[in-house]
Amino acid sequence: MGRYLLTRLWQSVVTLVLASLVVFIGVRQLPGDPALAMAGEEATPEQLAAVRADMGLDQPLVTQYLAFVRNTFSGDFGESTRTGTPVTELIATTLPVTLWLSAYAIVVAIVIGILFGVIAERFRGRWPEWVANAFALVGLSVPNFWLGILAILYLAVTLGWFPASGYVDVLSDPLRGLYYLTLPALILGTGLAAVIMRQTRASMIETMTTDYVRTARAKGLGRGRVLVRYGLRNSLIVVVTIVGLQLGGLISGAVVTERIFALPGFGKLTLDAVFTRDYPVIQAVVLIITVSYILINLAVDILYSVVNPKIRVGGAN
Amino acid sequence: MLQDAENILEVSDLDVTFGGTPVLHRIGFSMRRGERVAIVGQSGSGKSTAIGAILRLLPGSGRITHGSIILGAGRTRGGVEDLATATEPVMRSIRGQRVGLVPQDPMSNLNPAMKIGPQVADALVASRRDLGAEGKLDRGEVKRRAVALLTEAGIPDAERRYGQYPHEFSGGMRQRVLIAIALAGEPELLIADEPTSALDVTVQRQILNHLQSLVDARGTSLLFITHDLGLAADRTDRIIVMSEGRIVEVGTPRQILLDPQEEYTRQLVAAAPSVAAALDADPLAETPAARSEPILVVRNLVKEFALRGQRGGTVRAVNDVSFQVERGTTTAVVGESGSGKTTVARIILGLESASSGEALIDGASLTTTRGAQRRALRRTVQPVFQDPYGSLDPTYSIERLIDEPLRIFGVGDRESRRERVAELLDQVALPRGVAQRRPNELSGGQRQRVAIARALALEPELLICDEAVSALDVLVQDQILTLLADLQDRLGLTYLFITHDLSVVRQIAHDVVVMRSGDVVESGTVDEVFNRPRADYTKELLGAIPGAAFAA
Repeated sequence: MGRYLLTRLWQSVVTLVLASLVVFIGVRQLPGDPALAMAGEEATPEQLAAVRADMGLDQPLVTQYLAFVRNTFSGDFGESTRTGTPVTELIATTLPVTLWLSAYAIVVAIVIGILFGVIAERFRGRWPEWVANAFALVGLSVPNFWLGILAILYLAVTLGWFPASGYVDVLSDPLRGLYYLTLPALILGTGLAAVIMRQTRASMIETMTTDYVRTARAKGLGRGRVLVRYGLRNSLIVVVTIVGLQLGGLISGAVVTERIFALPGFGKLTLDAVFTRDYPVIQAVVLIITVSYILINLAVDILYSVVNPKIRVGGAN
Repeated sequence: MLQDAENILEVSDLDVTFGGTPVLHRIGFSMRRGERVAIVGQSGSGKSTAIGAILRLLPGSGRITHGSIILGAGRTRGGVEDLATATEPVMRSIRGQRVGLVPQDPMSNLNPAMKIGPQVADALVASRRDLGAEGKLDRGEVKRRAVALLTEAGIPDAERRYGQYPHEFSGGMRQRVLIAIALAGEPELLIADEPTSALDVTVQRQILNHLQSLVDARGTSLLFITHDLGLAADRTDRIIVMSEGRIVEVGTPRQILLDPQEEYTRQLVAAAPSVAAALDADPLAETPAARSEPILVVRNLVKEFALRGQRGGTVRAVNDVSFQVERGTTTAVVGESGSGKTTVARIILGLESASSGEALIDGASLTTTRGAQRRALRRTVQPVFQDPYGSLDPTYSIERLIDEPLRIFGVGDRESRRERVAELLDQVALPRGVAQRRPNELSGGQRQRVAIARALALEPELLICDEAVSALDVLVQDQILTLLADLQDRLGLTYLFITHDLSVVRQIAHDVVVMRSGDVVESGTVDEVFNRPRADYTKELLGAIPGAAFAA
């Protein structure tokens, strides 16, 4: 297990270096000039050159990259070329919003997905399965922004159950914070929930016909116990893998969801930065997204070995 | 309700259908308390459906449509019940506690994601008897009882193994765990569904002996499901022969084996390899008179595998193995799992390289030759594998499966290949019409015929049959063995027959090589080895053949 982790960590570092290179070069290939954006349309060539020198843009690319790496390691992502605010500060205020939103959405997705998946298996060919299937179809095929708009319209405006927009810091006021995040998390989690539900249903159908489930029933165990301890437990092995593959999509989904609910999150920061060619912010944002992808995958792999004892022992050998 | 208070089970006029298709037709039999009864039949005979009905665990669309299954009152608890109509909660109190099940395949019947101990504990908890006061579970007590059960079932160091997962156990050990689970609720009727057919003969004997002593000590009635007539005769008081969902004949082992009344039973007795091997005083007609030059020479073959995670650590799977096979004869390599017999076969086929020593076919080795010579050699030797379900690509038509080797070697054109496929189908006695069908439309025996046809496509001289008949029912097995013998006569083929089943050896082989843990224990003609075994291990193997007792 330790050896396995070490290998995975090493792979992560390589991925990270490659990602930083791609980001660095990619950002500089974007059409548009940050110096122009900063200095304004009427700036003279001299003013532009001064701005470039100030931002270090007149240096060779290699020098710029090394500076970027050096600064990153010291925790300094530079300053926003647009507002002059340190990038670290921007991230510190926006990242928690997105993290809370994503975590909430994941929990919602897992709970709804597994519950509906189990229900669909348990009531095969009867109405609860049809309801669950219909939910999955809607969740997969209706785009987030549309669902979000509908939710605001009916659940927030007409019924007034939830706030239509806004954000309250979860740490300072947990109840109100989660309340404000509920609708966005539901909308963001819908797609993932649908995928989990389908996967759970499919693998439950398979595991419930296995020999060991029959043997468990022959012991005289009740249906519920067999369902959870024998059926679900084995189905989760597949579900965890699928969830891991889908989590990446959550980040891009968060960008859209934050936009709809006007949440001051990472997604909003990203969009604004891209529109204004704010190199330092874009670089930092993409880097952080990359790191979170890597961390998520690492976590999923570890979780996978927890759920599946065969892998765990295989690694120890 | 119960005809006779001494009966523990009375099944009468039982019909079971699957999605409207009748599978059991008016099954009726009874079991006395403490009696051991065997239901013998081939796959599809309905024997597994019968136990599915008794436990009310029929898969999918299976339904009981007629008849009754009366379970006699328990000695200590539970009254007379009709299992055909009992409600699910009643059934739950019966499963495990009054009717226990030892399932068939130890590999698939334990939850792979759950430790062994809790799986036994679950069975204890389900039976809910004296595990702490008033519905409250005493966890320590449950664990203590589960460990005791595992120990009793013959698992050494059960305390430690309690926390291990199924994949850390061998097949035999898993079967012991399943026995512990079945006995946890102290049922008065135990159903054993082919409990050892997936295991090696010597392990099979140990486990059955152990199961029997446990059952005898408890006075449990045993319903034993098997396809092996010899096993049934050895282990039970009464045999019920089933075929196509009907009971064909019922009698004591002696009656069934020595004086079968029905034609079907007679066929079954004649085909049962274990019984046949024991009864058959006149084995295979002696080796072709003129013993010719060997086609296959295996000389001082050694194969070492590196152990994972241990630098430099190796395990010797094949240890200095030598034998030779003469043209037109059959040599059987016999051994239990882990004996190295399959590794030897893989080296001969060139699928594995030898660490030292050599395997020469017509004087050349597949592992050292290259290019055209290797291709020519490949045509000389062909494999037939064990699992007729796994070894045929389900998306190919039979024609495509059989002519694949021809296409690979660029033999003939489309028209002549089609001719050849038809010819091969004739040779293995399959109707030509199957050419356009897919493997899943064929039975196991038919598939194995296809596999043989494919092996014969390139007119090889040597066939390596790796457990080629062990997945098949006895009657089908008998047919395939007859086919192989027939092909040998007509085409002068040479067989190397890898098997764990000594009884098959007697039916087909001229010479036999007995292997254990990579070593050759004994080799010689079938007659020598069967009638005058020298090695203790060979004697043990021969003694473990079920049904041997009826030879006398």
